[in-house]
Amino acid sequence: MTTDSDSPPVVIVEGLTKFFSDRCAVDNINFSIQRGECLGLLGPNGAGKTTSIKMLLGLVMKSSGRITLLDMDIPKQLPAAKRLIGVVPQADSLDPDLSVQENLLTYASYFNIPHKTALAKAAELLQFFALANRRDEIIEHLSGGQRRRLLLARALMNEPKLLILDEPTVGLDPQSRHLIWQHLEMLQEKGITMLLTSHYLDEVERLSHRVLILDHGTIVAEGNPQRLIKELVGIEVFEVEGSQAELDALQDSFKKCNATTERVSDRLYVYTQEDCSRLEALLKNSRKWLRRPANLEDLFIQLTGRSLRES
Amino acid sequence: MTSFRFWKVWRRNNLIWRKHITSTLIGNLGQPLLFLLAMGYGLGKEVGPIDGLTYLQFLGPGLACSAVMYSAAFETTYGAYTKLAIQKTYEAILVTPLGVTDIVMGEIFWGASKGLLSGIIMLAALPLFGVWPSPWTLALLPLLLLAGVFFAALGLIMTALASNYEFFNYFISLVLTPFFLFSGIFFSLHTIPDTARTFFELLPLTPVVTLSRMFCYGQFDQPWLLKIIGLLCLTVFTCQLAIYLIRKRLIQ
Repeated sequence: MTTDSDSPPVVIVEGLTKFFSDRCAVDNINFSIQRGECLGLLGPNGAGKTTSIKMLLGLVMKSSGRITLLDMDIPKQLPAAKRLIGVVPQADSLDPDLSVQENLLTYASYFNIPHKTALAKAAELLQFFALANRRDEIIEHLSGGQRRRLLLARALMNEPKLLILDEPTVGLDPQSRHLIWQHLEMLQEKGITMLLTSHYLDEVERLSHRVLILDHGTIVAEGNPQRLIKELVGIEVFEVEGSQAELDALQDSFKKCNATTERVSDRLYVYTQEDCSRLEALLKNSRKWLRRPANLEDLFIQLTGRSLRES
Repeated sequence: MTSFRFWKVWRRNNLIWRKHITSTLIGNLGQPLLFLLAMGYGLGKEVGPIDGLTYLQFLGPGLACSAVMYSAAFETTYGAYTKLAIQKTYEAILVTPLGVTDIVMGEIFWGASKGLLSGIIMLAALPLFGVWPSPWTLALLPLLLLAGVFFAALGLIMTALASNYEFFNYFISLVLTPFFLFSGIFFSLHTIPDTARTFFELLPLTPVVTLSRMFCYGQFDQPWLLKIIGLLCLTVFTCQLAIYLIRKRLIQ
């Protein structure tokens, strides 16, 4: 991690609140992002993630609170701040009628980047994102992974200090996701600051130095993902399938170890706070079971529940 | 410098338009040219001179104005709605240093430019029909651009209010078509009853049609400056409203 805690944070959010008519979408949240840090913003649908990001970008007007991006007050100094920000949107907003290179050059023109500089930058980014041989291709002919990489390249045309990624790998095949992650890690090594939202918790766990979990417009947990998992979930998870009677018995036996349990229909989840491997013998007769390290998904479910959030 | 940022949006549109130039030009010009042919040539043989002009002469400048109206308004309805709702182009632009006003003015001037181009082509085609406009016609061009700005802004207002493409059917049949039919392109407003005439005179295309005929044949027999000032005020107001409504649509 190459975060720099001596210089002022790149993002400071204080008491940020947003009401849509009388519904409170974001309720008095506070957070900051240090230079070089990647903050993962998590939460179920409707938790306020997108609204928060849109307020940072001036696409949603805040109801109250303060936003400071790169020492600039938002929305007062928004146009100046946007010069230093790159955004990878959730929805593909490439110009479908333009070629790969034209997309980048057009975008650069919005930043008043001189044509020659933009041309060189585009060539460099297309090389970096393995798109150089698609330079003159029309967007329609690109694969999903190539489009996402191009969106990322586009967001980097203005050499941003802060990169905001809204679901950067949504709908991609595993190869494309891993390729994008590698590229994002390379950018992190160069010291770029990132704000990431994603529903893929493996992605967030891999890329973020710190996570912030939002639910119902408020922050329910914040910190280093590994530490949060250890503190709030445990070390390991046993997942066992079986009949109700079998699971009842197992649930009792696991009380001998420092663990919490959870039942979801015909499944038992055991979150262990210490090494409970000695209890593995109990599972010999179970129809199906597994033991795995606790992960961010467990934490997420624990904090935000198992019920569906559909708006 | 910053106030000219809308030019970037104009240039983006221009880059894409040049890729589809033939289909869009034919789409925009087909209708007025066919009207000129059918009404001017066909019907014109049966119709005597109006206000001292042959029917083809009478019809030509007005149809050029209608080409401006249709081109500009189509661009900022169907074209702009696609960018707003389908391609998310405006969302992409809004995270760059450009703002809502830049997008709106870029779109309006783009629609107006396409409108002006259609108007110019129509006027240039008039000699093919034996109609020769006066040199004053050159002074008409800035007016056609102004009319283009107005109709583009009007179209963008519809886009801001639209929830799907079907919404534009109302705009076309209840707004543009009455403008097209009753603004004095096809018949002289002098000959109809006063109440109806007052109403028709208030349609925004009417002063444009009247002015275009005056400039085309160099006959300044009506208060032209007043009409231009009226059109200018209306256009400024319509642009402001378009900015307000598109901002409401894009920024929550």
